[in-house]
Amino acid sequence: MSDLAGMIVRAPDRILVQGITGRQGGFWTRRMQEYGARVVGGVNPKRAGEEFLGVPVHESAVAAARETGIDVAVMFIPPMAAKAAALDAIEAGARLLVVLTEHIPTQDVMYFMAAARDSGTRIMGPNTAGLVTPGETFVGIMPAWEEDICRPGRVGVVSRSGSLGTLACLHLVQAGFGQSAVLGLGGDPILGTTTIEALRALEQDPGTDAVVLVGEIGGTAEEDAAAFIAAMSKPVVAFIAGGASPPGRKMGHAGAIVMGDKGTYRSKRDALEKAGAAVLDMPSQLGETMREVMAT
Amino acid sequence: MDFEEHAAKPLLAAAGIAVPHGATVTTPDEAAAAAESLGPVVVKAQAPTGKRGKAGGIKPADDAAGARSAAREILGMTLGGRVVERVLVEERADIVHELYATVLNDTASKGPLVLFSTLGGMDIEEAAARDANAVRRHPVDIRRGLDSAAAKSVLDGLGLGAATEAVADVLVRLYGVWRSRDAELVEINPLAITGDGRAVALDCKFILDDLARARQEDIVDAGVPDELTDLEARGRDLGLTYIELDGEVGILANGAGLAMTTMDAVRHYGGGPANFLEIGGQSYTKATPALDLVLSNPRVQSLVVNFCGAFARTDVMTEGVVGAWEALEPDIPVFFCIHGTGSKEAVPIVRERLGMEPFPTMDEAVRAAIAVAK
Repeated sequence: MSDLAGMIVRAPDRILVQGITGRQGGFWTRRMQEYGARVVGGVNPKRAGEEFLGVPVHESAVAAARETGIDVAVMFIPPMAAKAAALDAIEAGARLLVVLTEHIPTQDVMYFMAAARDSGTRIMGPNTAGLVTPGETFVGIMPAWEEDICRPGRVGVVSRSGSLGTLACLHLVQAGFGQSAVLGLGGDPILGTTTIEALRALEQDPGTDAVVLVGEIGGTAEEDAAAFIAAMSKPVVAFIAGGASPPGRKMGHAGAIVMGDKGTYRSKRDALEKAGAAVLDMPSQLGETMREVMAT
Repeated sequence: MDFEEHAAKPLLAAAGIAVPHGATVTTPDEAAAAAESLGPVVVKAQAPTGKRGKAGGIKPADDAAGARSAAREILGMTLGGRVVERVLVEERADIVHELYATVLNDTASKGPLVLFSTLGGMDIEEAAARDANAVRRHPVDIRRGLDSAAAKSVLDGLGLGAATEAVADVLVRLYGVWRSRDAELVEINPLAITGDGRAVALDCKFILDDLARARQEDIVDAGVPDELTDLEARGRDLGLTYIELDGEVGILANGAGLAMTTMDAVRHYGGGPANFLEIGGQSYTKATPALDLVLSNPRVQSLVVNFCGAFARTDVMTEGVVGAWEALEPDIPVFFCIHGTGSKEAVPIVRERLGMEPFPTMDEAVRAAIAVAK
């Protein structure tokens, strides 16, 4: 199993953007560069040898690793091409692979997860909004540069959803807090990094004093993490989305579905409360609740 | 996407797994005609639900007349919330033993999992509850697949005797169906050992991975279509996830998490959400048709537009919504809350073109929308 600390991106991390020349790849690479992220190259086999946004375009991640070395790969790749791109990044020896792509067939995900396990590559996602370490670097599609959302601080944020992770960051900043790390886990049912692993990383991180956990209905990630939360030395404030959602329907995320009595809002909320987490009714209560738990 | 038995069994047969001869019919007369050539049969309701037997949806019949009356009783009954429109008329098997075999997606091991039990014919969770050792669990490395030796190791010590070879062969082929057909789950329960020593799939449940529909187009039409309202079907055709609900506050948000949370907020403050609709991810450029869709629901009395942009740029979404608002001139009030990527450009669009100020929090926008909807 790869090192947990490795999921927190750091300023020296060399970032490779797969699909850099696409519209979204280009837009977000520019945002990352403006933020100071160390983008060392991109991949597009059709444009290998060119320069794009001031960095070299390679035919593969393996070629990029050979020429510049890479630590983190991030995929702006459509779902049916995601498996090949992920295997390329894994073969290239990326420490961390950020899979932004949504709607990848499940067996393709399983396939590259198995390869990543053997090579020790940590995967974030699929269907994640990425990672931000405010003041240092960011990888993915989070509004890291917006000062009312991301600011250096000592609260770690773990979220399955990108939009809700962003909302949690906003409420933290409004209350005077900043973030030590924002970890996007992704909205798919099978994820490279689970809630419990992200919590472990933040528990170990010396820059983190408290954690915000943003979960949602579906699966058992929050329930599985409850025992660990009970043993954590740092306070956890949690919000679970989907209490008002009808059962049996996929709520936008492939993983957000209540099947029978599995994955319900109630089951998650009960498990987290029993574990000692402060569970919010509404995200807007985050600032005040964080102040309370930090004061005690 | 679920497949009923009659649509799932051909997938097994195509992979070389034995299934009983039979015919899928829609009338009692057709059931009788089918039984004429098959001899003693079982008449089985086709419905995407378990426990058909207990509900009276599976009946044996010895001849054509019996099949006709069995079909008459079953057709039109309601199972799992749906009216039964088809029955499968199948030759009756000479069952010596009933087994259970499944391959499914396992989120814990992040790969395929083979489940096998000699307690076939019953609900597998009941079987596991009765005897924890009754269900064999075998995680498979998807890169290597399941070969005959591995399949035999799953069966080791279960006392299947001469049937071991045939059952192992079914497991290998069943895994092949899971793999080649992008199944989320493929289950044979029961897998019968017959008097002549064959392994025959008497029932089959197949669930297609919705994320893989695009590369399984040749079988998608055989699955049970999603039960969608007219508005939901319109959403699907636009490539949007729209779920119609019975409340009065319309919701337009980016991202599944934020859309769910906006619904939660409407409920929390005493209102009822009229829909789930997210235009995050690649859909963020579809704000205009999305707004039209939300407003097409006649129950909607007010609208919350809640954006917290990450990948989805709020300036692009807001431009789309405001443009559509100007074109449609709806006579219901709208309440905005906008943060995240592009919000510095998005907020002035609302201010200048609609003459209103977005609310600083979702809570305030939601409460305002509930107040006017009542």
